[in-house]
Amino acid sequence: MTAPAAEPKLASRAPDVAFIFKKALISALVALVLFSLMIGIRTEAGPAGQLIYLTRFGELAAVVAAVFGGSIVVELLRQWWGPVGTIRIVPPSVQSTLAVARRAIAPVLLIFTFLVPVIFYDQRYILDLGILVLTYVMLGWGLNVVVGLAGLLDLGYVAFYAVGAYSYALLATNFGLSFWVCLPMAGILAAFWGVLLGFPVLRLRGDYLAIVTLAFGEIIRLVIINWQSLTGGPNGVSGIPRPTFFGIPLTPGDDGLAAKLGIEFSPTHRIVFLFYLILALALLTNWVTIRLRRLPIGRAWEALREDEVACRALGINTTTTKLTAFATGAMFGGFAGAFFATRQGFISPESFTFQESALVLAIVVLGGMGSQLGVALAALTMIGGFELFRGLDQYRMLVFGLAMVLLMIWRPRGLIGHRAPTVFLRHSQAISSDLVKEGHG
Amino acid sequence: MNGKNILTVDHLSMRFGGIVAVSDLSFDAERGKITALIGPNGAGKTTVFNCITGFYKPTLGAMRMTHLDGRAIQLERLNDFRISKLAKVARTFQNIRLFPGMTALENLMVAQHNALMLASGLTFLGLIGAPSWRTAEKRAIDLARLWLDRIGLIDRADDAAGNLPYGDQRRLEIARAMCTEPALLCLDEPAAGLNARESAALSELLLSIRTDHGTSILLIEHDMSVVMEISDHVVVMDYGVKIAEGTPQDIRDDPKVIAAYLGADEEEAIAVMESGT
Repeated sequence: MTAPAAEPKLASRAPDVAFIFKKALISALVALVLFSLMIGIRTEAGPAGQLIYLTRFGELAAVVAAVFGGSIVVELLRQWWGPVGTIRIVPPSVQSTLAVARRAIAPVLLIFTFLVPVIFYDQRYILDLGILVLTYVMLGWGLNVVVGLAGLLDLGYVAFYAVGAYSYALLATNFGLSFWVCLPMAGILAAFWGVLLGFPVLRLRGDYLAIVTLAFGEIIRLVIINWQSLTGGPNGVSGIPRPTFFGIPLTPGDDGLAAKLGIEFSPTHRIVFLFYLILALALLTNWVTIRLRRLPIGRAWEALREDEVACRALGINTTTTKLTAFATGAMFGGFAGAFFATRQGFISPESFTFQESALVLAIVVLGGMGSQLGVALAALTMIGGFELFRGLDQYRMLVFGLAMVLLMIWRPRGLIGHRAPTVFLRHSQAISSDLVKEGHG
Repeated sequence: MNGKNILTVDHLSMRFGGIVAVSDLSFDAERGKITALIGPNGAGKTTVFNCITGFYKPTLGAMRMTHLDGRAIQLERLNDFRISKLAKVARTFQNIRLFPGMTALENLMVAQHNALMLASGLTFLGLIGAPSWRTAEKRAIDLARLWLDRIGLIDRADDAAGNLPYGDQRRLEIARAMCTEPALLCLDEPAAGLNARESAALSELLLSIRTDHGTSILLIEHDMSVVMEISDHVVVMDYGVKIAEGTPQDIRDDPKVIAAYLGADEEEAIAVMESGT
């Protein structure tokens, strides 16, 4: 991820300081006219009932100044964050700092994530929130394979999450299999359902694909609700075994991990363990996806997103390519589902509604389709941000929706819109989002 | 059947409902030669291409691809990606179909998908980074580098294909088709939109593909200067039927071809044909 450098040949189009100043001045003037009556003069009923007015020029000046300053800030931000190719009038020193910041963001984020249980050891709320965010990061990375790389719009991703969760829950409660045995099985089963979904939608594109995948998500949920004898229907499955540290339970008993290590038992141990477990699963997803992108199958996915007809002309089997994309994405969803089941200890169909699919898809789209870092940032913003606004009560959704609308106006291709090449001869340069296709089906 | 002809099109017909796009067309493409398919707009040339490359299933007729080892493949029985994968027929498109969001190098890597897929042990060997995969990938990059060098795009290897100038995109698409290591290369109007200098460079490239790689070429082209200069054999179509066939010299003098190209006005037609010399 290199910072897009300013192109000198376009310099003539660069808006200069005077331009920004003029724009801010005009905004301030408009604000002055608008607010001079609204804020500058206040009418009130006088003591005798007559109308009196008092002036509030101080407030008026403050508002106009705020508009002036705000206008400059917005304009500067537009220069910095504008689409690739816009002229940046930001001084080079700031630009290079930004570039360093951009490169550093992924490692810093990763190190911070590793340290979260250490820093916030006493704060159960933060740890739980961290686990939740990481679960969505993993789901986002899984769906990113299908939507971001292969360009197949999948609105029913939660189905695979549910398959994974129920696979683990049922295998563990009925056959007493351990988490580590069930985890791959949950992934395989979810991948199997991914292939099953893939077959009917092979020929569908765009809206039609979205509708069928949406229906698939609902079918799985309805089957879970109605197949009472197996899944317990709306009552869900309870008493799902907690994960063990490779066979050693995290319990206060004598055979527990705490006793074996000779430390005092604390319920936080399990939370910390779960945190690192989901972090490991998410990083595995990330590692595999990054690896796959550089393999022929990953390139075929991206080529499929770019132009399916050309793929066929090059001898690429589009059927298996699409199916592997669905299966891979579903497998990661299944892993995440198994983790969800073991973390909650109880699952019911209510956890697997369409809203979950929509949330995960929003994370992928918001992050910038295909970008691993973007998806992680978007999951943090969406889940973490949602918690941040908890104090706003009923306005939470409103603020959240507004934030998303603003973000989409500002960055229509997501937080990280450009694409990094998978292979290069001399130097890897980011590809502008204008060129990268979003996929058609 | 001797191995002289790489492609034999036999009584090919293609109907779309009531419209007969191609009617009873038969021609041969010789191995190691450049065969041009020309004709006025709407003559059915691209339809023939789409039948050969598996995008359409012909209504009637047969197309046989004979490989050097004597292996004969009936193209009408294969579909879709198998034409390129098994029969080794590659094609380019009239309106360029590169992967615009991928770099030039990546475009050429995608073209080697089937070979690389095998080398990566259907992804599993590649995932663990097996040495055999690494060498295969290196070889694939070398092949891509070779082609980028030949089309003069080595300096822009890491640029997005969608950012390249039009002429470069045309050449890149040909290079991409060649990276599938085809026996027969089908080019749909490769010179469309190119200026005179670029057309000349294209002719040179096609001739070198024929001589250096022994790849047979089937070409649809309107640019007569290219057709007359490089083709060994020309097939002329009009309204879905073949109206003439022969060497460029024969075609140039054929009154039927001249009539087909510019109505009955022979003088103008002759002018067009002669512009190619």
